[in-house]
Amino acid sequence: MTVGLLEQVKPENKSTTLQQMERYKILTENLHAWFGSNHVLKDISIKIRENEATAIIGPSGCGKSTLIRCLNRMHELVPGARSTGRVVLDDSNIYAKGVDPVTVRRRVGMVFQKPNPFPTMSVYDNVAAGLKLNGVRDNTTLDQAVESSLERAFLWDEVKADLDKPGSSLSGGQQQRLCIARALAVKPEVLLMDEPCSALDPVATAKIEELIVSLKESYTVVIVTHNMQQAARVSDFTAFLYLGQLIEYGETTGLFENPGEELTERYLTGKFG
Amino acid sequence: MSRMEEAPLDHAGVQSSRLQNFSYRLSHLSGDDMFEVLSNVFACTAVVIIALTGIVLVRGSIPVLGKFGLGFLTGSGWSTTFGQESYGMLPYVLGTLVTSGIAISIGIPVSLGIAIFLAEMAPTSVRVPLSQLVELLAAVPSVIYGFWGLLVLSPWIAKYVETPLTSGLGSIPIFHGSPHGLDLLMGGLILAIMIIPTVSSISKEVMMAVPTSQREAAYSIGATRWEVVRMGVLSYSRSGIFGAAILGLGRAVGETMAVTMVIGGALGSEAVPTSLFIPGQTLASLIAGQFKEAESLQLSALVGAGLVLFGLALLINVFAQFMVWKVLKVKAGAVE
Repeated sequence: MTVGLLEQVKPENKSTTLQQMERYKILTENLHAWFGSNHVLKDISIKIRENEATAIIGPSGCGKSTLIRCLNRMHELVPGARSTGRVVLDDSNIYAKGVDPVTVRRRVGMVFQKPNPFPTMSVYDNVAAGLKLNGVRDNTTLDQAVESSLERAFLWDEVKADLDKPGSSLSGGQQQRLCIARALAVKPEVLLMDEPCSALDPVATAKIEELIVSLKESYTVVIVTHNMQQAARVSDFTAFLYLGQLIEYGETTGLFENPGEELTERYLTGKFG
Repeated sequence: MSRMEEAPLDHAGVQSSRLQNFSYRLSHLSGDDMFEVLSNVFACTAVVIIALTGIVLVRGSIPVLGKFGLGFLTGSGWSTTFGQESYGMLPYVLGTLVTSGIAISIGIPVSLGIAIFLAEMAPTSVRVPLSQLVELLAAVPSVIYGFWGLLVLSPWIAKYVETPLTSGLGSIPIFHGSPHGLDLLMGGLILAIMIIPTVSSISKEVMMAVPTSQREAAYSIGATRWEVVRMGVLSYSRSGIFGAAILGLGRAVGETMAVTMVIGGALGSEAVPTSLFIPGQTLASLIAGQFKEAESLQLSALVGAGLVLFGLALLINVFAQFMVWKVLKVKAGAVE
């Protein structure tokens, strides 16, 4: 009787935990990537959870930027770059035949290492640029989208009086938040961030980190960082990459406090990297 | 230390110490000083050449300007008969503006197309040889373009462009005339072809200098290839492209040999550009076509044409600088 009860309860429990765990937004299967003959990503299979922040860490040149650039098909834009394997976004392979990379990139936004606002455009036009590409012409819609995107990027209060100023007139940290607002304006589902703080000072960095924590409530965030403390501060899950291979992947707290692989531990304790 | 000691000296004392300092420096010229002197001298040459050109042109045109005054600019007469001389530059100023206008309105879009293809679309294996080929076109002497225009392009244009246009749209004034292929349109076309190599290769360089991060920014918000070019590349490099266009315009205004060979060489009021299909004349082609027989007042008139051309080129440059400053820098903010 007791045994039977246990047997009844167990599968139920299992399935709920599985359901919780399997809310994957984007996942890769046997992903390989090359630059010319340089094999930079080797057989990466990683499942990224929805509405969580996933950090990708590893020493320079380990392929972490390439990995996230494969997630929105930016990798293939570099001459000589190619990849194999599957990247599945909400059950469909974004590398399948007939998939337009333009629509993929509208669903999977990206923020880059160095802030890259369009220098000839105003703050307003920078944020509205993506919407205008989508054919939005209505001024009230644009106004609302610009305001809400800037608010989500924690920038509205600082620039609401200067929307006509050129985007390049802002400070470095503000420019990076402008780029985040520009990415958010097209309403992506996933936001990729490629070392978004590496060109910023500590104060601006703290602001962006605070922003990332708030963004994961509505978006799936994948952040590449060479700063392990940053990964520990902002992410829920962490992947450790080394020489193009996924060494370890798991919950951030677990991975940092109790790494399962010797390589991970040596990297985290600063023995190499 | 020496500055502290010099401080209480009176004015004369300061001057004498400066003089000493100067003679000291003169007798102990270092490599850096030599470099400074030399570069100053070379910088001055540019100013001196412009000034001398201006002086010679003004002096040479004093007789004709004294005789006709402002009428030299606004008149359209051309008479070399002794005692009944009449010289007016209006038709040639207009002819220059019309041919240059045709040149840039055809040449710039084509050049931009070439530049976009080379900088953004073509793979390296195509870009490198094709870029060199385009730059090679700039090295072709203008007399060869003129010859080719005269013998090949002109008959073709007369037959396949001008004839249909005059018979179909002849009632519109600018398409009025007899299509023989040596006219203002042909002058403008040959100029368009001649400015393409310069404008396209400079535009290509400017576009290739646009940081990859700008293209990626456009791609990342879902831009198509053309939208990336427009949003990430063209807008970023627009001041450079504008500069290339002005350089092209400058060449079109001053280009002489090829235009002289194909423009028809009209004189006087016949050269007023009332239609694209009538023989015309530019300031440059007027000088080139007339200088051999010119003497006394006619020579002075040609020097005067040179002065007007000089002034026109100067005006275009000033206007271009103004446009760059006003339209691009101020409105857009920090461009480069």
